[in-house]
Amino acid sequence: MIEKSPRLVAIDGGAVVKEALRRIEQPSRRLFLQRSLTLGGLSLLTGCAIVDEDSVENALMKVSRFNDKVQGWLFDPKLLAPTYPEAMITRPFPFNAYYGEDEIREVDAHSYRLEVTGMVADRHAWTLPELRALQQTDQVTRHICVEGWSAIGKWGGVSFASFLSRVGADTSAKYVGFKCADDYYTSIDMPTALHPQTLLALSYDGQPLPPRYGFPMKLRMPTKLGYKNPKHIQAIFVTNTYPGGYWEDQGYNWFGGG
Amino acid sequence: MISDLGDSMTDDTRPVHPAWLRATHWLNALAVVILAMSGWRIYNAAPFFDFTIPGAITLGGWLGGAIQWHFAAMWLLAANGLAYLLCNAGTGRLFSQFFPLSPRAIVADLLAALRGRLSHADLRRYNAVQRAAYLFVMLDAVLLVLSGLVLWKSVQFPLLRELLGGYETARRVHFFAMAALVAFVMVHLAMVALVPRTLLAMIRGR
Repeated sequence: MIEKSPRLVAIDGGAVVKEALRRIEQPSRRLFLQRSLTLGGLSLLTGCAIVDEDSVENALMKVSRFNDKVQGWLFDPKLLAPTYPEAMITRPFPFNAYYGEDEIREVDAHSYRLEVTGMVADRHAWTLPELRALQQTDQVTRHICVEGWSAIGKWGGVSFASFLSRVGADTSAKYVGFKCADDYYTSIDMPTALHPQTLLALSYDGQPLPPRYGFPMKLRMPTKLGYKNPKHIQAIFVTNTYPGGYWEDQGYNWFGGG
Repeated sequence: MISDLGDSMTDDTRPVHPAWLRATHWLNALAVVILAMSGWRIYNAAPFFDFTIPGAITLGGWLGGAIQWHFAAMWLLAANGLAYLLCNAGTGRLFSQFFPLSPRAIVADLLAALRGRLSHADLRRYNAVQRAAYLFVMLDAVLLVLSGLVLWKSVQFPLLRELLGGYETARRVHFFAMAALVAFVMVHLAMVALVPRTLLAMIRGR
């Protein structure tokens, strides 16, 4: 953004500053601008004297929304992600979050309640023993990070499709949103929520899910990138209103699926 | 350019490169530059070799921005590449310009080029090295698109994923195919610098 300002000075200094101040008040926007697109090279390529950074940003966001649609259309709800023998599990499985390992949240197991709201029939809050009493299944699948690396892990828990059916979720709704104890939030499309490999994961490698992997419960989807798999989930809501997500609001693709 | 006397009139008025070829060439160049520069930034997020790409020559500013550029330019590459291949095959140019091609002819033309004896009098005809290089880069671009599809949608293209050796192998395939494309571009640009007429021909057709 700062690189761009000399070009704008000639227009109206005061208005530009005012506009800039208004814009940087939005934290996600500030972050986006801090990491802003380097347009110098591209403006040389296109031969444009002035590239309006906002319009480029908007155009890229529009393409990203278009890519969401294409991915929704490509998504085959019956197609399974590959599974692996336990011998192939990556040890140690990497820790990853938007914060460092020294900031991992500790969630108290006894006071933990999972809120379920929105377009569902049963809105009661779930305790951990209640979740653990549901039928459990496990899978060894590949976790793929948006950064490119991948690791194989073993997650166990409750089929999310069966959980949604148990709480009487309106599965014609567009989105399922998640709010987490580490202030993370994200949302997914309903077809992925109902995918047979989508799990409310309560265990990792046969042990209760450790804090580093999202105690007491995370959503595990081998059909989506890592940032779509929220940890320490406290609230689940079914909605038709686009809920966005922590990274998605900063520019990561919303569908984010494999 | 002044026309050569003695050749048939039609040859003089016909452009060296048809307009559709020039258009798809430059759109492809734009897509490749955006994809390579944003791809380097994506590689830097989790490099699988001991080096990273200098940030100054990458595009996107951060991983999310780079991915947005990459996943926008991929449509340009795919649509434009498809248009190029269809025009090329449909007009018969693919066959007439790139074939026949034999290893012996490639070696002979390569040696002639190294001795500075390869003729560029007729830009309409590709020599054997050009034929091989352009066919190679077409196939390399196809490999880039296919391996890119596996990285983007690894679950949705199981056959492709297994053919490319799984997700992690596909990452390497994508990287090396990029490296091959960049190597091609560097040689390509060096050749254009040696025979600048070719640049004019690709811009204005003559």
